[in-house]
This record gives sequence, C-alpha cells and structure tokens, in this order.
Amino acid sequence: MGPLAINEIISENTNLFLAFIIGIGFGFVLEQSGFSSSRKLAGVFYGYDTVVLKVFFTAAITAMLGLLFFSLFGWIDLKLVYINPTYLTSAIVGGIIMGAGFIMGGYCPGTSFCGASIGKLDAFVFIGGLFIGVFIFGIGYNLWDGMYLAKFLGSPKISETLGLTDGVFAFLLIIMALAMFWVAEWAEKKFPREEY
Amino acid sequence: MVKSKETKKTKYLNPYLGGVLLGIVLLAANFVAGRGLGASGAIKSTVVTAMTTVAPSSAEKSGFVKEFRESHTGNPMKTWLVFEMLGVIVGGFLSGAFAGRLKFKVEHSPKITSRKRLLLALGGGVLFGFGSQLGRGCTSGSALSGMAVLSLGGFITMMAIFGTAYVLAYFFRKNWI
Repeated sequence: MGPLAINEIISENTNLFLAFIIGIGFGFVLEQSGFSSSRKLAGVFYGYDTVVLKVFFTAAITAMLGLLFFSLFGWIDLKLVYINPTYLTSAIVGGIIMGAGFIMGGYCPGTSFCGASIGKLDAFVFIGGLFIGVFIFGIGYNLWDGMYLAKFLGSPKISETLGLTDGVFAFLLIIMALAMFWVAEWAEKKFPREEY
Repeated sequence: MVKSKETKKTKYLNPYLGGVLLGIVLLAANFVAGRGLGASGAIKSTVVTAMTTVAPSSAEKSGFVKEFRESHTGNPMKTWLVFEMLGVIVGGFLSGAFAGRLKFKVEHSPKITSRKRLLLALGGGVLFGFGSQLGRGCTSGSALSGMAVLSLGGFITMMAIFGTAYVLAYFFRKNWI
C-alpha cells in the first residue's frame, strides 16, 4: 500500500497537495507546542524549558514505531521509504555548524518559518540569514564539495551498524528517551522559569 | 467588551502530546510520499531558482545546481518540500491566530537589545543555512526525519547539532537567560 506516491496510488499533483496539508499539520503542531518562540527553544540548552527535547524525541519515537508497525501490518513497504544517506564528514561538520547557528539564532529552519508566521521579527531576520547561508554554500560549492562528498557510507540504518534488530534498537531508544524526559522534568524544577 | 488578560495568554500544548501529534504528521509524510518532513530543502529550491533565473549561464555550470538537478526533475519550486513549507506558514499562522499569539515583535532576553538579537539571528541563520546544506538537511529533514527511519547519518547529525549547541550554550547565555 504505502508509500502512496511511490506506489502510484495517488498522482504527483495529489502528492503535492497532500504535502501542503501535511505542512499545515507540521506548522500547526510546532506553533501549538511553542516552537514559534526562540527563547522557549533555547531553553533546552539551559534547562529552564525543555519542550524541544520532549517534543523532538516523542515525535521521533512515535514516527519510528508507527513505521515499524505499519511495516509489520503490511501497510507500508519500508524498502521504498527514503533513508537519509550517511556522509560521515559532512554529517558531523554540518551538524556542528548548525548547532552553532541554533544557539546563536535561537531557531532552526522549520521553527523560524513557524515563528515568522505569527509575526516574530527575529524569525524573519533568521530566515534572511538562511537564504544567505544556502547561497554562500551554493556559490562556493567547489571549495567544499570534497568535504561534502567525503566518507560516503551508503544509507545504513543505525540498528544495522550496532548489530541490533530494528525492534531492539527502537526499544532501547525509548528507554533512553524516558531517562532523558526524567532528567528534563528534574531540570525544569531546578532552574527558574519565567513567562515569555 | 473588555477582554480579561487571561484570555490573551493561551497556554501551549502539553509537550508529550505535541510530540505524538508531530510524530503522526511525520508518519503521514512517510506514508504518503515515502519521505519525511523538511525545511531547508525548500530554501535550497528557492536559491536554485534564483540562481538559474538571475544568472542562467553561470548557474548551470555550478556544481550546486547540477547536484540539485540530479535528484530533482522539472521546476525546482514544484517540489514536495516547497508545498510542505507553504503549509507550515499557513499552519503556524492558524495556530497563532487561534491561540491569540499573532503579534509583530522581536523576542529577546531583557539583558540584550533588539538590535543585538536581530544581528545574532542573522548570523545564526547564515550558519544554519550553510550547515543544512553541508549536512544534507536541517533539524527536520536530517535529524528528526532521519531518526524516524533509523538513518545512521540522521542520528549523527542530531547529536552534532545538539552537542554543539550545549557546548556553546555557556558563551551565549546572556542572550537567552
């Protein structure tokens, strides 16, 4: 059955229309969870507000379990689902640069659009920065394509790399997430909060 | 009619419930399109369009544009992530409207000026934009969506993003606390 677009159950235009609908859900949930506020987002790095950690890991686990169960029920063919390829060097270096951007700017790309949609001017400026950053990467591509393409490992799953089945890895990740949620609840009590 | 102050400030959703809902949205994306959510991909589409429109001859020689074309056919603006991001703007606006949070403002710690906040937002945006290209996706496309499909790279990028932000948090504390 799924993925619907790849199995040509729905047309390309229907797929794009559903992208818009799914985007509305994405933006709505982000804003409802408080991801339109940069101070709320940055709170996770200081312990005063850990909403990012809770929403992010709950979402990853929900989707991961959903995909594993959908596959078990025969509702989706996981072989047709895109698995992000792993280029080791750029995954690390890109992540480090993004992490620096996150603590400086207080947003990530998705949340900045969410913030801008309710009128946060700092989010508009952050988005301006995003375009500049992507443009710089584009015009200087030849300077860093070596790093961009280095250490290509294919599209391995982390469960394969660790020698575990998907189910066992998922179980361990859930245990880890629960431990992190416990620490997060503790941190929010320990560090003072204010309304913003 | 006078509205009380309480109605102005609507509380946010419970984070665990928000997470489950976001997970269902991500699951829906995978079920419908066979791919996860994203954000920076839509910006890349826009930048590629701008480059090929403003300077077509030099853009076609650019490795960046070539690399984009290898994975996308047709109009770069007619892609899944562009439509999804248009939805994000609508969805965020609707949520803000229902919750009474629509307001033009610069959000910053009382310890810094709006001007400093905006400069840092610009710098952060430039870094995030650049990093999202190098890392083949941002927090949504690489980290969150990658983790849902158990991508090794997704987990690595997630740890690099959050690890770096934690390491640097001390130096930027005045901007937030």
